[in-house]
Amino acid sequence: MITLSVPAPQPASQPSAPSHQPAPSVPPPDPSAALSLRGLWKRFGQKIAVADVSLDVPTGSFYGVVGPNGAGKTTTLSMATGLLRPDFGTAAVHGTDVWTDPAAAKRRLGILPDGVRLFDRLTGAQLITYAGLLRGLDRATVTERTEDLLRAMDLTADRDTFVVDYSAGMTKKVALASAMIHAPRVLVLDEPFEAVDPVSAANIRDILHAYVADGGTVVVSSHVMDLVQRMCSHVAVVAQGRVLAAGTVDAVRAGQSLEDRFVDLVGGRKEGEGLAWLRSSSASS
Amino acid sequence: MVAQLVRLKLTLMANTFRRSVWQTIGFVVGALYAVSVVFGVVVGAIAGGTANAHGAGNVFVIVGAVVVLAWWLVPVFLYGVDATLDPHRFITFGIRRWNLVAGLAVVGVVSIPGIATLVTLVGAAFAWWRTPLVVVAALVGAVLAVALCVVGSRAITTVLSPLLESRRSREVMAAVTILPIMLMGPIFTWFSRQAAEAAGEAGALSGTVAELAGWLGWTPLGAPWGLAVAVHDADWLGALARLLIAVASVVLAAWAWERALARSFESPRETAGKGARGKGLGWFDRVPATPVGAVAARAATYWRRDPRYSMSFVVIPLLPVIMWFAGGGDAPEVVLIAAPMTGWMLGFGISNDIAYDHTAFALHVATGIDGRTDRWGRALPVLMAGVPVIIVLAVITTALTGRWEWFAPLVGLSLGTLGASTGVSSLVSARWLYPVPKPGESPFKQPQGATGATMVAQGVGMGLTLLVSAPALVLSGLAIGLAEPVLGWVACVVALAVGVAALLGGVRWGARVYDRRAPELLQRVLSYS
Repeated sequence: MITLSVPAPQPASQPSAPSHQPAPSVPPPDPSAALSLRGLWKRFGQKIAVADVSLDVPTGSFYGVVGPNGAGKTTTLSMATGLLRPDFGTAAVHGTDVWTDPAAAKRRLGILPDGVRLFDRLTGAQLITYAGLLRGLDRATVTERTEDLLRAMDLTADRDTFVVDYSAGMTKKVALASAMIHAPRVLVLDEPFEAVDPVSAANIRDILHAYVADGGTVVVSSHVMDLVQRMCSHVAVVAQGRVLAAGTVDAVRAGQSLEDRFVDLVGGRKEGEGLAWLRSSSASS
Repeated sequence: MVAQLVRLKLTLMANTFRRSVWQTIGFVVGALYAVSVVFGVVVGAIAGGTANAHGAGNVFVIVGAVVVLAWWLVPVFLYGVDATLDPHRFITFGIRRWNLVAGLAVVGVVSIPGIATLVTLVGAAFAWWRTPLVVVAALVGAVLAVALCVVGSRAITTVLSPLLESRRSREVMAAVTILPIMLMGPIFTWFSRQAAEAAGEAGALSGTVAELAGWLGWTPLGAPWGLAVAVHDADWLGALARLLIAVASVVLAAWAWERALARSFESPRETAGKGARGKGLGWFDRVPATPVGAVAARAATYWRRDPRYSMSFVVIPLLPVIMWFAGGGDAPEVVLIAAPMTGWMLGFGISNDIAYDHTAFALHVATGIDGRTDRWGRALPVLMAGVPVIIVLAVITTALTGRWEWFAPLVGLSLGTLGASTGVSSLVSARWLYPVPKPGESPFKQPQGATGATMVAQGVGMGLTLLVSAPALVLSGLAIGLAEPVLGWVACVVALAVGVAALLGGVRWGARVYDRRAPELLQRVLSYS
């Protein structure tokens, strides 16, 4: 069922892929990039979730992936991080293929997946410790980093509370801490700011900026354009499983605000069809 | 309002059929089962009523009281199982409360158990067909009884819901529920033996039944049924009193329900109750600081803290008791099953471990730990806890029989079974997954539409364990049967060797499967949500 080496499917069988070229045209992954995706495809039943996505995330960039709901952001990031096997295509982390050498690639990756549970019968401190020990760190390092992370995420007071009793924002923060404990070279964060309060979000942004300044690479997905425009150096706009635009934020937004540019690219704005009866002046109760 | 809610309930039911074929099949099987039970009960009731109207009436009172009690208590234990029409979902619509109460009461009847109860009660009323007036009284009683079942169960769950909303009390409740369920068998054995003895003395049994029925007939549980009996006996005053008791009970339950709803609507649920707090790092401080140690610490923590696991700890100490009763007290050898059975159960406990993790398993895939780490980490706590428990059980059960020459084969077989079962589970849990209650759900909740996958996975697991343990079983059986000490020691050594081999082989094979399929396993559990 899984054949990584087979070239991409023929265009005839893919109605939504009008001008798709067969695989040989795909250039090899860029070993200097932090994350290099080539020709990723994924189909769920009848729906093609990701169609021929190729992306290079430069080392040391703060990379935003934006797109409407159901655009294939999560699917793409899952395939890039070894959580979901692609139908076709490759993903490489600093030149190491995620699907042929997963152990080595995952050592360099810190992942915050969206829509998964945590081992929530553990306390916050236990969960972060667990992630650290799974990564093979020694006890002294784990203990020290767990304390640092709890402090950075403002969770010290709730270190002994079970994660199941955490609020949504605290849960995100403890998951983020578990993704960072092994000091990965690349952080891939799916919707990291969802449900996080503004103060914590600002703290997390500071942590991430410092991490990027020290040479780390961050990939975040989001649909808050404003945030991505302010925070990221690079951005990729994804819709219907394809990359519509990618590059530095300034290049992609081309003088407009990212939000306007995004709406231009993705389409779907409805004009002139208001809900007439919703106006309070029409008073019909 | 009532019609709208009923339509909503029917739409919800129909939509579940659209979601999965297995769910539809499950519903049809459930409905067929209900039809056959209803048919059997109604036929039995009418036959009984024809033969001995008065005696049958007394039986109705007792059985009926049990039915009402079941309606009242079962939802408390299975809290959260059917939240399709949770009143809190209507909070924003501003529906008048009594309308909501009436609607939800009617909706409560629209389900397999509701309709089955209604049909059975109405059908059973015709047991009195010889005297039409009593049939009318029984029909009135039947309607009152159904109302009492539905309104009473809703009232009790709503009144108790502030208590049940705390996660901890729900979990304790779920773990405690296993006790009556496990003890049901022994109680029935004991009861039927008592009944058989009583039947020896002619008339004593029917006397007890009549006494019990007479007493129950005056309680809210039995009053709706006592009504027909009283009419049959032409005890008009008694009939009127029982009618009043039944009506008053329904009214009282409805009032309690309405008040509880009002209270919960005015002060909506507090979601973040003060949860329990852990102390320090627990097991994570006590294990070696390696990935295997970490997985083992996590698993050990869950065995204690997650009721889906900890329930099996409640069961194990009861096993010898249950076996003792099953043997009827005069076949003490039966208790010997307890130790090997515990070994099998403990190993079986991790046979679907990844599904129990649910999507939290993503952490294992994201960190890229290998299959060996994952498999051994899950198996070790079972082995560490299992070995001492099994040795203790083997000593106790051997002492109960007083035949110490049985100890060697018994302890060998039990430990061997633990090893074989754990090994098989390590393989099966990487290969055949099936949906289980999610973390935080009632351990008794059966996920819909999982019957096929569950049967395949459990069947394969049990079959493999049996196959692997066959030599040890035969040898130990012979040793115990022949009471041959030398053979006993041989059996002990062979069983241990087989167990260790099965453990090593199962973990190794399971690790290979895990390494190949970890991302697919994650996608599988993601599809369960």
